[in-house]
Amino acid sequence: VTDSRTIRVGALTRVEGEGALHVELRNGVPERVELNIYEPPRFFEAFLRGRAHTEPPDLTARICGICPVAYQISACNAIEDACGVTLDPELAALRRLLYCGEWIHSHALHIYMLHAPDFLAEPDIIAVARNHRAAVERGLALKKAGNRLMELIGGRSIHPINVRLGGFYSVPAKADLKPMAEQLRRALDDALATVAWVAGFDFPDLTTDHELLALTADRYAIEDGQIIRSAGKPFPINEFSEHVVETQVPHSTALHATLDGGRHLTGPLARYSLNSAQLTGVAREAATAAGLGEQCRNPFRSIVVRAVETVYAVEESLRIIDAYEPPARAFIDVPARPGVGHGVSEAPRGLLYHRYEIDDDGLIKAAVIVPPTAQNQAAIEDDLTRVVVAGVDLDDAALTAMCERAIRNYDPCISCSTHFLTLTVDRR
Amino acid sequence: MPSLAVWKFASCDGCQLTLLDCEDELLTLAEQVQIATFVEASSAIVAGPYDLSLVEGSITTPSDENRIREIREQSTVLVAIGACATAGGIQALRNFADVAEFASVVYARPDYISTLATSTPASAHVKVDYELRGCPIDRGQLLDTLAALLVGRKPRLPAATVCTECKRAGVTCVTVAEGIACLGPVTHAGCGALCPRHHRGCYGCFGPTATPNMPALIPLLHRDGLSGPQVDQVFDTFNVTQFQAASDSERTPR
Repeated sequence: VTDSRTIRVGALTRVEGEGALHVELRNGVPERVELNIYEPPRFFEAFLRGRAHTEPPDLTARICGICPVAYQISACNAIEDACGVTLDPELAALRRLLYCGEWIHSHALHIYMLHAPDFLAEPDIIAVARNHRAAVERGLALKKAGNRLMELIGGRSIHPINVRLGGFYSVPAKADLKPMAEQLRRALDDALATVAWVAGFDFPDLTTDHELLALTADRYAIEDGQIIRSAGKPFPINEFSEHVVETQVPHSTALHATLDGGRHLTGPLARYSLNSAQLTGVAREAATAAGLGEQCRNPFRSIVVRAVETVYAVEESLRIIDAYEPPARAFIDVPARPGVGHGVSEAPRGLLYHRYEIDDDGLIKAAVIVPPTAQNQAAIEDDLTRVVVAGVDLDDAALTAMCERAIRNYDPCISCSTHFLTLTVDRR
Repeated sequence: MPSLAVWKFASCDGCQLTLLDCEDELLTLAEQVQIATFVEASSAIVAGPYDLSLVEGSITTPSDENRIREIREQSTVLVAIGACATAGGIQALRNFADVAEFASVVYARPDYISTLATSTPASAHVKVDYELRGCPIDRGQLLDTLAALLVGRKPRLPAATVCTECKRAGVTCVTVAEGIACLGPVTHAGCGALCPRHHRGCYGCFGPTATPNMPALIPLLHRDGLSGPQVDQVFDTFNVTQFQAASDSERTPR
């Protein structure tokens, strides 16, 4: 007798963008595990051709409403690389400060609104607020602090208007940052309380062996850095496309990326496991108190890592604000120069790579964008397989819920990958 | 309690995120409306009909052409939120190009991709009751619209220009004072003149006003350093379809 089961989730909830899940089991063994991304394609890499070299930061921001700064900064890094421009240290610090705002906002959004409901068996943050009102109010205040920081430096939290090649259109006065520092000091308490809160959740066991890929820098890498990985040899950023290769699968409008032909993981777990020694101060203490070792390989515990990274981002913002003196100039000129540039940064969800080729007229000749969720799809499908094997005795509803949780662990950004997921589980 | 549904089509999620960005108001709002369907924020999905639907994103696939009609049938009031839903968004750049060629640039197997040749706003398919402009929408306008519809008044959505907002705010004109190219005179109000406040010319996130004076603005843009093709490109962004319609006679031939 053949025992067949199919699990389908037509529209994944509490993820950014449109995706579905399809799992088929035969005699309890998963035969097909697919994350289907049906987010309609928007063709950014096609319409960027022929645009002025100054435009990708504003245009690619529109790929994702949750992490527009990541797109702006990876684009700036790539085009500045092509044009041979290096940012003044003061402007680089301001860029990092803006990016910290995005980390705080995006991590707080995922922790409280998208992920925590899974651990509390509630459908959403509104339901969570019925029994955990103080926690939800704390999360909203934390998220708001991130948004205000983005508005202060970027002019707007969704698709900031103040970012340009070489720096900013305008920079804040020292006095403008004072009230922000006050809000961030309260946010630091909220972020620490968040770590303690999520560390108390009940985490399913799951240990993964995906290769880890992240950036590393003098400080915990955010706005720029060099490639670091857990197993293979690191490579310079201009060789990214030779190692991280995107392929297309019929079940998804997202491209799937592999690292030297194998599955890999980027994002909070990769960053933390590769760079945890760089966490300092209260972020380090909070990680230890939450029971995180030097590495974290259980994707269900990514919520704890995000909370620790939020503490770090708040601390780092306060440090940058404390040292802030208004830069002598708001931006450096970035005149177009024909050639190729590569840019990376650590989006809240992981490493985001941009490559631009600029022609003799200063126009974009070719663009390549590799978002974190495209890179993580193979890792997500591998986790799903493990979760299905471990949960084969669960009924369909419980197994489906577990599969959805395995996906949310990654905070997948489907609009980014356009290329994402409907869960269908076929049990045959 | 009135029911609210939030829908997504081709988009970046930024406009629906604006609702979640109402940190101070979200819990109060949830006491006033039943958030019946909001896939990005909740696993609980309540079937229609709905009193109010917020629609984000543009229509770019055959199945989405059907979905927007079904949503309209289930909704008493339908509000399109953001430039994708009101103008087709930046992905409407395909409307002026060969979509098959676009797909071949991004995808090795374009035949796996199901997409329409055009990206169109909700209003091209169904009756839309209100439109919130912007890429992204303004949080204040969203809250005012929700509050208005809850108490039964019309939302306050001023049809003035960014230029008007900017003057009212007392911001020094970046064009007059510094010769910075600015689309404020032809761009729909709503952002609060964010860019000029940051020493940047408006770049048109809210699309054109109803009667944009393009013949008056375009020579100024040339004066302030934009070439013919650059003038076209500055309008060819998030509201490309509407700016194209507004400036057809003024454009450099392609």
